[in-house]
Formats: sequence, structure tokens, C-alpha cells
Amino acid sequence: MEIKDIIQEKNIVYKRTSLLTDKAMSYCPGCGHGTAHRIIMEVIEEMGIQSSTIGVAPVGCSVLAYEFLDIDMQQAAHGRAPALATAIKRLNPEKHVFTYQGDGDLAAIGTAETIHACNRGEKIVIVFINNGIYGMTGGQMAPTTLPGMKASTCPFGRDTELMGNPLRMTELVAHLPGTYFVTRQAVHTPVAVRKTKKAIRFAFENAENGVNFVEIVSNCNSGWKMTPVQANKWMEENMFPFYPLGDIKVPEKK
Amino acid sequence: MKEVKLMKGNEAIAEAAIRAGADGYFGYPITPQSEVLEYLMSQKPHERTGMVVLQAESEVAAINMVYGGAATGKKVMTSSSSPGISLKMEGISYMAGAQLPCLIVNVVRGGPGLGTIQPSQSDYFQATKGGGHGDYRLFVLAPASVQEMADFVKQGFDLAFKYRNPVMILSDGIIGQMMEKVELEEQQPRLTQAEVVKKCPWATTGKTPDRERNIITSLDLEASKQELHNKVLQEKYEKMEEDVRFETFNCDDAEYIFIAYGSVARICQKAIDIARSKGIKVGLLRPITLFPFPSKKVAELATKVKGMMSVEMSAGQMVEDVKLAVNGKIPVEFYGRMGGMIPSPEEIVRALKNQLIGG
Ligand SMILES: Cc1ncc(C[n+]2csc(CCOP(=O)(O)OP(=O)(O)O)c2C)c(N)n1
Ligand code: SF4
Repeated sequence: MEIKDIIQEKNIVYKRTSLLTDKAMSYCPGCGHGTAHRIIMEVIEEMGIQSSTIGVAPVGCSVLAYEFLDIDMQQAAHGRAPALATAIKRLNPEKHVFTYQGDGDLAAIGTAETIHACNRGEKIVIVFINNGIYGMTGGQMAPTTLPGMKASTCPFGRDTELMGNPLRMTELVAHLPGTYFVTRQAVHTPVAVRKTKKAIRFAFENAENGVNFVEIVSNCNSGWKMTPVQANKWMEENMFPFYPLGDIKVPEKK
Repeated sequence: MKEVKLMKGNEAIAEAAIRAGADGYFGYPITPQSEVLEYLMSQKPHERTGMVVLQAESEVAAINMVYGGAATGKKVMTSSSSPGISLKMEGISYMAGAQLPCLIVNVVRGGPGLGTIQPSQSDYFQATKGGGHGDYRLFVLAPASVQEMADFVKQGFDLAFKYRNPVMILSDGIIGQMMEKVELEEQQPRLTQAEVVKKCPWATTGKTPDRERNIITSLDLEASKQELHNKVLQEKYEKMEEDVRFETFNCDDAEYIFIAYGSVARICQKAIDIARSKGIKVGLLRPITLFPFPSKKVAELATKVKGMMSVEMSAGQMVEDVKLAVNGKIPVEFYGRMGGMIPSPEEIVRALKNQLIGG
């Protein structure tokens, strides 16, 4: 069989969503941000909601998300995306509104906005990329940095006596009455990608019921100073035990 | 006939916002402006016009809600008082950078820090020179009556959309709290979504097949592009000059001029009566827009009078703009009270005599 016999319409099992722009992504090779972007756009395409979706980009490596996603987007100040999304949704109730935020953005500087948007039950989707570090600014300690884990501002590893404990934000928001669906997923394997896509689809479909919160435990191979392969392995061995994957709050219907 | 009511300045702001067809208000309580949110809530605006009113978890959240709403082309506003306005500064800078229209009301109280809940004008620099980071300006309106509190809401929104820029109403605790008669505008309908899309083709209203996606951001990592963006902003700020506003009283035969805005301008009017009864020919220039500042008018008056005195409830802030406009041609003096103290007409006249006329 020749290659041209294989590359045929009927054989397509997967194709790039048309809702990603042609702009080359600025993420490091191996980084999970790009995969997460793709999944969200696939869901928006499949649901046919491009014209009714408004996204909010954070401050962090994904600050330029709007360069890659072919939807109307706003860029928020560091940590404030849930406040923007609150107003966007309340003033435009017919729209689908989501935020895309890193752990520094969502769980440090933006903690108040995250907790209160979740507690009020804003009808939005929050996609939370937890890579345990500040990627954009060069690998400083994040609120989610694991005990003992090295970062540029804890070069000898996170000493919880000195620096406090990592924050499991997703478990925290699951306790709030305003969250509807809370889950923790990953995007480092095809199986993980499929599960995450299902979760994000469910989140978008159920946003009218309150905050749908999807954490994606991801890598930062640059910040962790590893190869992409090492980073994924390290993530499985160290991040997943502390941040176990799976649904945390599931509505009864699900 | 227009409806006439006796209202507090803060209530007038709130009622005028509903009547101007505002789509959203986001705020956090702080004295002396909490009546804005209280009054709005008492009116059930979601029933009256469908206006969204939300008590945010902080001023930081409130201004960022304003950002989110404004970026969808909606008419949105917030109000606060000095410490709360300081918290909003990051968000205001982002809105200036992203060129988003909105209305921000500052009912100023004395500072620095937690300061006092008494009235002050000590946020003039913050309002007119930027306040947050970066080279930006707000369009700043200074009301001197409850009527103007109401009128400036609609006018402020119009200016905000004209320039795609945040507009600030810089009021103070006196005007916010005092009650006066106010003539209210008729209810204006809120814009329909189709009207919003037409009026704000730049807004994030959802990407439709007939246009490219809309992006609201203040970021451009390329310095040359960021400089170009800054130039666009600076040109806009210069253009605002065409909307400069001021009022003069007793200036025709005046030998001396008081310059004062907001509630102090009214105290100066009383001071003028006292001074004139003693044969001192003094007039008043009241800037209504603090940015753009009526520099040309100040310069023109400087060719006609012997001296000017800026009277403020501050340690001397607007006086710097007066001096820039006068450019050394005549003496410019300053008289001010701080920390929530209000100058009396008599002490203003005394200051005029001692500092300017000569002793
Ligand atoms: C007010 C403010 N403080 C600090 C920064 C600097 N800053 C930019 S991104 C960032 C951390 C981002 O980390 P995270 O949210 O984990 O996202 P990642 O880059 O890892 O995807 C910080 C501290 C900023 N832009 N604004
Ligand atoms: S620095 Fe880390 S989070 Fe940022 S793009 Fe690179 S790998 Fe991804």
C-alpha cells in the first residue's frame, strides 16, 4: 500500500480543528498548554458555539492564547479572569464564557476572584492548568509547587515550614455550593486527552448550572528543567499522587 | 416636564445610571459612597431596566468585572471612594490600555491610607495624571452639585464611548452626601444586542462568520508596536481638548481669580460675595473637566488679572496645573485644607488678602 492510498478522506480518524489559528504556538515543545487549547477548540467546534463563545486569557504562559484560538477573547489582568467572566456572562447570558488560567493566576494572585466566582455559582467554565510552577516568569515557586520540589525561588526545594503548603484549589472549590462539576484531568497521553475532552465537553454543556471547573495537571518541562519525556514521567510519579486525577464533584445526573 | 426629586449626590448617580440605560454596575461598599450600591439595589434595576447590579468581593474584582462587561460593548460602571479607587488602579490602567469605555465614580475622602471618611480633593493627581501604571489619562469630570452628579453620568458614558476610554467622575464626600433638588432625565432604553454590535464593532460579542475575531488586550510584547499603540493613545488624549469644560463667575472686571473645582468652587462663590462687599474684585474659574484641564482659559485670564489662587481640599495638587498654564506670568498662590477639613469662605478671603493682595 502506498502513502497516497492511506491519506484519504475515508481514512481520517483525526484532524486539526479549524478553530485554531495558523499562528505557530509560542509554547515550549512538549508543553501541555497547546494540547489543552486544541481540546477546548475541538469542543467549541463540535458544539457549534464559536459565535457565542467568549474566552478570557490569563497572565501566564497562555497570556497569548487569543493568538491561537479563533474566537472572541479578552485578556485579563493577572488573576482576574473569573471577575471578567462573571460580568461577561451576567451581561450576555446567552453566551458561553470560559476562563483559561494557570496555577499562579488562579490559585495565588487570583484566589479571591476564583473562590467568589465559584461560590456565587457564575455560569462559566474555568479551565485550570496546574503545572506546579510559574512558567512565564521563569520557573518561580507556585502555590501548587510540591513539597521538596525545586523552583527558582525555592532552589533547595519547597520547604513547607518556610514557604507554606501547596494548595489543592480544586478540592477547595468543590466544597462551594456554586460549583456544579469539578474534575481533575491530564493531557499527557491519548487516553488522558480523551477523558479531558469529555470533561470539557460536559463542562461547556452544563455551564448554565454553575461553575464547571476543570483542572488539568500539566507539565512545564522548561521550568522543571527536564525533557518533555522526563517531565511527563516526573508528573505521573510526583504530581499525580498529590493531585490525583478524576472527578471530584459530579452532579447527580452525570 | 422633567421629574424633580430631592436626592443625595450618591443616590442621584445611581438613579441617573438606571435612567441612562446603563447595563451594569459593579461595586464594593465604602463610605462616603455606599449609597450608590444601596440605592441601586433598592430600585430592583433588574426589574426596572434589566440592568445588572452586583456587589463584588472587592474593588479589584469590581473594576475587573467592569473590564469584562465593557469589553463586550456594554455600558458599565463602578463607584468607590479613595482607598477603593487605589485598589482599582491596576484595572483602570488595563482598561485605558485596552481602550475600554466605562464610568468610574470617586467620591473622594481624606487620605493617605485609611485617612478619614470626611470629604477631600486629595485624589486629583491620581485622577488626572494617570494613577495606575503606564502613560495613560482618564477623562475627568468634576461635579459641583447633585444635579451635576446626575447629569455627568449620561455625559460621562457618552464621552467614554466617544473616546473608547474610561471616564472618571471626581466628586467628594460633600457632594456625595448632601441633598439637593435634582431634575432627572427621562428613562433611556438600554441598547439591544444588535445595537451594541453595531455601535461597538470592536467588542467581544462572539465571532460571527462575517468578521475576524475580536481581541481585547493591552498587551503587545513588541516594543515598536507598543510605542505605536502609545502614540495612538496620546493622540486621543490630545483630541479630548475639544471637550474641555469650565465655568467663570465674576471674571469680567476681576483683578484676582480663584480657581477651584467641585464643592470648593461653591465655597469660593460665597467667598467672592464677601470679598466684593469689601471692594476686592475677585472672580472664579471652575474647571468642570480636570482632564482635559482648561489651561487655555487659565492662560487667557492670566493676561488680564494680577494674580490667581488655587483653592483646594488638598495640600496643593491642581495648583500645579494652574502654574503650568500661567507659566510664571503672574503670581499663583495656593490655599488648602487637608484631612477632611473644609475651608470656610472667610478663611479663603483672608488667604487671598494675606497671600496675594499683599500684606
Ligand atoms: C500583577 C502582576 N504580578 C506579577 C506578574 C508577573 N507574572 C506574569 S505570569 C506570572 C506567573 C504565571 O504563572 P502561572 O499562572 O502558573 O502560569 P504559567 O506561566 O505557568 O502557565 C507572574 C507572576 C504580572 N504580570 N502581574
Ligand atoms: S515555560 Fe512551561 S508552561 Fe510555559 S510554555 Fe514552556 S513548558 Fe509550557
